[in-house]
Amino acid sequence: MNIELILFGAFALLTLLSAGTVIFARSPINSAMALVSTFFFLAGLYVLLWAHTVAVLQVMVYAGAIMVLFLFVIMLLNLGESPTRGRPTLARIVGGAATLGLLVVLGIALSKLPSGPPPSLGVEGQATFGTMATMGQVVFTQWLLPFEAVSLLLLVAMVGAVVVAKSRI
Amino acid sequence: MAAQVVAREAPNRPMVPISYYLLLAAALFCMGMFGVMVRRNALVIFMCVELMLNAANLTFLAFARMHGDSVGHVSAFFVIAVAAAEAAIGLAIVIAVFRSRGSVLVEDIRTMKH
Repeated sequence: MNIELILFGAFALLTLLSAGTVIFARSPINSAMALVSTFFFLAGLYVLLWAHTVAVLQVMVYAGAIMVLFLFVIMLLNLGESPTRGRPTLARIVGGAATLGLLVVLGIALSKLPSGPPPSLGVEGQATFGTMATMGQVVFTQWLLPFEAVSLLLLVAMVGAVVVAKSRI
Repeated sequence: MAAQVVAREAPNRPMVPISYYLLLAAALFCMGMFGVMVRRNALVIFMCVELMLNAANLTFLAFARMHGDSVGHVSAFFVIAVAAAEAAIGLAIVIAVFRSRGSVLVEDIRTMKH
């Protein structure tokens, strides 16, 4: 057995388990905590894919900033457990069935992909692939305009969040 | 530097096929979509949307690894930034709705005006 395969299996299983907890937990705070662990296990998978920088960003932005925002809102609104599960309406049944259908279609489509291991990155690629330097070079040459647009988007989102959430301006 | 990398990276080739990662991402996406369809709490629905965004990120990174191309990493970085903006705005809307209606269940939100 290869250590990479073992790690992939463990991370994949734990990711799916915590994602299931996010969906089925009664209390929103349990969902949020399960989501944090999902993000950590996904960061492990990103490292297995040689995306170290994105893994660090994932932990910092998702597990750090976004989840703090979620927990803050849950505690601000003082949400307890949902008292009832709610009766299954037609829309929910159809939605769940459509999701299962999508999963089957995606599974069939992806199982037709070649299942060989990915090409080796080579010595040069292993030293540079997924590092901050390589990513920065791509961002600041090819993708400079989208990068600036994203910074503007974050500013707009920040101002918009304050305006929407404030009771009286 | 190069010798160090070679020593760290044993000659064994990567074992996990990229299609495993893609299948995992598809499963994660469908779990997120199932949550969006079935759950009633708007906050949990947002968390499920985050799950779906993460599944998309996993797909980007898997294809980046397959082609040895860093553009996939940059796309994942943009997705993370957009997800941060989306979470901020979405949670602000949840707070505003809770203030005016006293509930975050999506079935209680039926009208645009109050």
